[in-house]
Amino acid sequence: MIRLPLVLTFSALLFSAGIYGVLARRNAVMILMAIELMLNAVNVNLVAFSAQLQDVTGQMFALFVIAIAAAEVGIGLALVILLFRNRASINVDEVSLLKW
Amino acid sequence: MTSQEYAFVVTAVLGALAAVGTVTARNVVHAALYLVVALASVGVTFLLLGAEFVGWVQILIYVGAIVILFLFGLMLTKAPIGRDSLDGKNRVVGAVVAVLVFAGLVGLVQAAFPFDGAPALPAAGGSLDIGTAMFTDYVLPFEAVSFVLLAALIGAIVLARKDEGDPR
Repeated sequence: MIRLPLVLTFSALLFSAGIYGVLARRNAVMILMAIELMLNAVNVNLVAFSAQLQDVTGQMFALFVIAIAAAEVGIGLALVILLFRNRASINVDEVSLLKW
Repeated sequence: MTSQEYAFVVTAVLGALAAVGTVTARNVVHAALYLVVALASVGVTFLLLGAEFVGWVQILIYVGAIVILFLFGLMLTKAPIGRDSLDGKNRVVGAVVAVLVFAGLVGLVQAAFPFDGAPALPAAGGSLDIGTAMFTDYVLPFEAVSFVLLAALIGAIVLARKDEGDPR
């Protein structure tokens, strides 16, 4: 079977890639993709600890995270399409109307 | 190393490369296709850990639905192609922060679960346990999540539809 530190390292790498994507990208859809990577890293940890502790709660939380992520992508892409319709651009650094 | 661990290492390396490809690709459609590989490798990881229900849900919802949603979003917004138009000015800061976070997390994992002599994980609970837990202990959160999904769907439709009589 698989040892726990290997799985946790894989999850850490996915999470760091997601952080880089959120910080470095300026296209809003690409930022949403990077957020999905981070949510998946969390899910990997939840399922790994569910196996480690022999408790099904971790998998339940992973399922809830997947459902919330689906809702988040739906709303996020609707906002992005609205933004594109109004500004003809989805670069987040050009959206500074509410910036103080 | 067991055969399952070999399979996991191959999957994890593939998934990690695809994740890095997702955040560094210069073409938005290529990034979405890299994301498919990364999410599928996470799903295969769930299957290898013994969590078959979460694994198949991952593959159905993420690879089947969410990536298609992303591709529609990309098609409807026709993003320009190229590094300068996709990446912001703080690419170096992002790389530094990401490397620091990765080093910190790996150090933490090593401190908490040393790699030498770590016991192999037993198989996670299967679909029977998940079904029992979902409809007994977690039935209220389950209903709440279904309500959240409904609200999000209605919200997305209201946000994205064009108003009647709007010339745009």
